[in-house]
Amino acid sequence: MSETATRAIERTARESRGRLLAFLAARSRDIAAAEDALADAFRAALETWPQDGVPDKPEAWLLTAARRRLIDAARRAQVRHAASDELQHALELAQHDADEPEMFPDERLKLLFVCAHPAIDAAARTPLMLQTVLGLDAARIASAFLVKPATMGQRLSRAKTKIRDAGIAFAVPHADELPERLDAVLEAVYAAYGSGWDDIAGADPRRKGLANEALELGALLVRLLPDAPEACGLLALMSYCESRRAARRGLNGEYVPLSEQDTTRWSRPMIEEADRMLVRAQHARRLGRFQLEAAIQSAHAARAQTGQIDWEAIALLYEGLVRLAPTIGALVGRAAAVAEARDAATGWALLQTVAPDAIADYQPYWALAAHLLERLGRRDESHAARERAIGLCEDPAMRTFLLRQPR
Amino acid sequence: MNFSILIHDNAEAFALRADPVWRAAEYAPIGAYLQALRETGVFVGGAGLEAPGNATVLSSNGKDWTVQDGPFADTKEQLAGLVIIDVPDREHALEWARRFPTRPGRKVELRANLPPLEE
Repeated sequence: MSETATRAIERTARESRGRLLAFLAARSRDIAAAEDALADAFRAALETWPQDGVPDKPEAWLLTAARRRLIDAARRAQVRHAASDELQHALELAQHDADEPEMFPDERLKLLFVCAHPAIDAAARTPLMLQTVLGLDAARIASAFLVKPATMGQRLSRAKTKIRDAGIAFAVPHADELPERLDAVLEAVYAAYGSGWDDIAGADPRRKGLANEALELGALLVRLLPDAPEACGLLALMSYCESRRAARRGLNGEYVPLSEQDTTRWSRPMIEEADRMLVRAQHARRLGRFQLEAAIQSAHAARAQTGQIDWEAIALLYEGLVRLAPTIGALVGRAAAVAEARDAATGWALLQTVAPDAIADYQPYWALAAHLLERLGRRDESHAARERAIGLCEDPAMRTFLLRQPR
Repeated sequence: MNFSILIHDNAEAFALRADPVWRAAEYAPIGAYLQALRETGVFVGGAGLEAPGNATVLSSNGKDWTVQDGPFADTKEQLAGLVIIDVPDREHALEWARRFPTRPGRKVELRANLPPLEE
């Protein structure tokens, strides 16, 4: 009996926690208070369900319990906030919604937009999503982003206070500002993927996990915004990258460059999923940065079938990407593709147009510079660039790879 | 803003220093790291340290010094070197700290430097 109850609570927490929190936060407009109330509700479930049995509608039960706590808290705060009446009314309406059979509205999209609101510190957006929508704890997020857990905790609670005090609306933005606001959401999801991507050596299993969390957020966005091509583009991009996870390291953990990866170690189902997403994105005929990045990865993925890399196509896609979003990564990627499609001199000329300030500590620039200068026969400069690339490495496998290059 | 990146190694790493092949492999990426710090204008100072077995420790009781031969600390890892860098904030400092070449048992500690003493 009690085991059944515990399992039911765990399952509900896993499957519905994000939705429950989004629903409560959208009505109280106070994420921290909604989190506290929901945690209390789960605690009450742990005490009650083993004795009284699992309720027919566990989510509705939890919402009722959480809502009661929110109303109590609002009453206690009434002296401080005149707006409390309105809040209480909103929460009573929320209860009405929750009483409706099975379904209560999925407000996670609104929550995602709140997390990536322009008023929120950019460094807090991804962590806030991971915590509120997926329920990750601050310590785990902190180690993924390599900051002190206490610092991450402060960053998160500052952001929540800001949302509450600034009265940031839990709403899906209007059509005119949707693209820009969606960009911030996608950006934040991609940042979560990036933090997991760097660490595939598995030095820290907690870090490794974040790639999956990002994929989960990406898939959620596609479900919630089926008509947004860039959401599909982002999910396609992450899926292509994810398909190569096993092939990115050799048998002894050594770094393997993309163009030399053993394609039989790529995940075929993941690539097919990515292809589907990219095709779906392109139906909308609204090109975007993530679709272009996904298309570049799709061109690399084609090597599994053709045995060749179409550098001409990749260079063209990078050209588009540079026009749309001229990040350092895109500029360096374009130079690399052009060097392959045409020749090293043309690639090198393009690479030199990147602003020196931007590349001072950008490792991929120096790794590519070393490679191109080597091909141009400029040995000393190539050596110096390689040293710089080694000195800027964060990834031990990449460092070893560069150290083993013939000099 | 100045930060100190303190490198702590275990006894094995100190013992391996006697092996010239190991030393060459170990110091090549550290040399590249220091060079990258210099070229980006972040490097303030630093040094690698001899093994703690050769240290001399002066302990104070508030009046006199007692002189002992090291090592002093009981911890498994000992200070093996340090780098002082000048960066805009802790985030940048952390980025440089994680670029230090890794090895098993190595600990890299990042500490903000106090501002210089006022005259």
